[in-house]
Amino acid sequence: MTEMPFELKLLWTDSLIFILIGFIVVFIVYTLRHEHLRVPWRQVALRPMAMASLVVLCIYVVIGLMDSIHYRPLQRSQNSGVAVYSNEVLSLLDKVAMPLRARTEKTYSAPFAMQAFTKETVEKPDGGLAREYPRLLFGGAHLKDEGARAGDIASRAGAATLAALGCWLLLVGSFLLFWRKPGEPFIQAARRLVRGEGDFPWRTVLITVGTLLVLAANAGHLSLYYHILGTDQAGQDVFYKSLKSIRTGLVIGTVTTLVMLPFAALFGIMAGYFRGWVDDIIQYVYTTLSSIPGVLLIAAAILSLQLYIETNPDSFTSTTERADTRLLFLCMILGVTSWTSLCRLLRGETLKLREVDYIQAALALGSSHISVMARHVLPNVMHIILITVVLDFSGLVLAEAVLSYVGVGVDPTMNSWGNMIVSARLEMAREPIVWWSLTTAFVFMFALVLAANLFSDAVRDAFDPRLRK
Amino acid sequence: MIAYIIRRLLYAIPILLGVNLLTFALFFFINSPDDMARIHLGVKRVTPEAIVKWKEDRGYNKPLLYNNERIGAEKLTDTIFFRHSLSLFVFDFGRSDQGRDIGYDIYQRMWPSLAIALPIFLVGILVHVTFAMLLAFFRGSYLDTAGVVLCVIMMSISSLFYVIGGQYLISMLLQLVPISGYDVGLEAVKFLILPVIVGVVGGIGASTRLYRTFFLEEINKDYVRTARAKGLSEMRVLFRHVLKNAMIPILTGVVVVIPLLFTGSLILESFFAIPGLGSYTIDAINSQDFAIVRAMVFLGSVLYIAGLILTDITYTLVDPRVRLE
Repeated sequence: MTEMPFELKLLWTDSLIFILIGFIVVFIVYTLRHEHLRVPWRQVALRPMAMASLVVLCIYVVIGLMDSIHYRPLQRSQNSGVAVYSNEVLSLLDKVAMPLRARTEKTYSAPFAMQAFTKETVEKPDGGLAREYPRLLFGGAHLKDEGARAGDIASRAGAATLAALGCWLLLVGSFLLFWRKPGEPFIQAARRLVRGEGDFPWRTVLITVGTLLVLAANAGHLSLYYHILGTDQAGQDVFYKSLKSIRTGLVIGTVTTLVMLPFAALFGIMAGYFRGWVDDIIQYVYTTLSSIPGVLLIAAAILSLQLYIETNPDSFTSTTERADTRLLFLCMILGVTSWTSLCRLLRGETLKLREVDYIQAALALGSSHISVMARHVLPNVMHIILITVVLDFSGLVLAEAVLSYVGVGVDPTMNSWGNMIVSARLEMAREPIVWWSLTTAFVFMFALVLAANLFSDAVRDAFDPRLRK
Repeated sequence: MIAYIIRRLLYAIPILLGVNLLTFALFFFINSPDDMARIHLGVKRVTPEAIVKWKEDRGYNKPLLYNNERIGAEKLTDTIFFRHSLSLFVFDFGRSDQGRDIGYDIYQRMWPSLAIALPIFLVGILVHVTFAMLLAFFRGSYLDTAGVVLCVIMMSISSLFYVIGGQYLISMLLQLVPISGYDVGLEAVKFLILPVIVGVVGGIGASTRLYRTFFLEEINKDYVRTARAKGLSEMRVLFRHVLKNAMIPILTGVVVVIPLLFTGSLILESFFAIPGLGSYTIDAINSQDFAIVRAMVFLGSVLYIAGLILTDITYTLVDPRVRLE
């Protein structure tokens, strides 16, 4: 048997993410085949703001997916030479960002700094001791002294920007070749693009892609030589940490929905469809659940889980696995607290739908209850489900930070924006203040939530029949 | 109406019973009292005797639901469920795992919570409704668009940033008010200014945008057109007619949180070190004091249900078309 250099490792949340991707693909194919579903999506696609947001969201999703393919590298044991798979679980993103991951300093350092943030006693060449800011192990290590730094950063940033712009022009050029009408001169097509002609906001999309390309090239190139966003207390690169946090945010925002959706849809439709005692029971359950303040229910559940993990430490082989279990559980309990509002909406809509002629006709023709619910009711409440899903996403991402602060969020060892903000509370009290962790978490989180908000607004406007003109 | 309220109050009993059972199951079925004792006494070095003593001190040494060793009604009453969970119904919160009287603590800490939550609530409504009306007045203009964009941006910022940013800007840079703390009497005011500002500003985005849609919904109705047609000024239309009707969804939306004002805000109280119920809850979570968390879950549910009933009553008060049966 040949030894693989790594062993794929599927965490619980990974498999849920891939199930979710599967659902989305099926949904897209289904939508493309049905004209009446394509129409509102086309309306979304025509909004420049929504499309720019979609580009940003896609970047986040790609990074999040790269961080969801986990493996355990093969390691040779030092004394026996036997190859074993490491206990440490890595992801594809870790592999790509290995330079960032491996280069840890001793403690805090400011963005682009070459010296540590705190003074240390260092030995002078002449044998004496002095208190001074020591040079960083990796940040700017290729430079001799501080004076060359500004020039070095500028030249590297310039090179990265030029390379990114070159790539972008290549991309725009090849896009134009496909986009131009048959026989249309290239220049004329370019002019049409610049003027923003045509229905689909290609100009906005391409500008967004270009901006992100320049940002990514700069960040990628410079982070090989500096800690572009500084380092945290443990000396870890903050840029790397915030990249890792993307997956956590996305998992909370999407897997939660995936977990709660089947229950909300099934119970909501059943309550509205059957009425009577089924309705009573379902209403009782969701009223009970929704009457518990969300944070407290989550706190109660997470505390129980924490207790379970602490008293059963043997069930988890690695910290990654333990953190993943907690993340999954957090998603589930967030799902429990958030399915009630969707369920209530669906129940109300189904109550109305039940009296509609085509459903009465289907029943009269002898369709079973299950087929009526699945074929007639469900497609007609789909827009409510869709709107709720996209509107909930940004709220869930924000909730993660608050829950982590309260101490019932994701595992403290897990990279998340919430945990970064929590640690920032002490950092802000330092003198001089350590502002970069907080700012980075803020920017990354803000970009994601803003993009999600703008996109979901467009989706709501397109799908909500009350808002449709 | 009285009959309706009584029926609603009766309906609250099974719901609270459900809440009670759920929290009981979360705390006592998933983990046994033995586990709890182990956590509090330290997992590694714990003797069975210490666990038994810990449970005995707190009354957790009884069976969960059914006590076979007793006779008569005591079979049901001499259990953890009856003593520690059902007792919440008469607001007997018992003692915390540290041995403090939870009921007394809640009563003490309720007032600081209210001192910060009530101003945020009142000032918040005033500010948010004013902004929403402003945007509705200038609807369709650049000011309106800019306002909505600003709202979406403000919505996208985590509430934690408002707190940290506010503390940094107003307390550390400008040094206008103390960073955190609390005092009794009028001295408390200087500690309350910042949390109230942060609380109100943090809510501007979501609330203003929501209220603006309420106003716009009303502004397109027939009675508004009539009012304009008979020559009323736009200001008069807005204040005399639109405001009154738009207040119905706004009021019914906010009334539900009034009882919950007592429990305060977790984030604000903890950041500003205000000794209210919010920070009480956070402390309990961090020290894994399950008795307090159970009490707060129950209290929160009671207040939420009270809020729902209040909402229904407000409906009839502000909108005479609604009748409760």
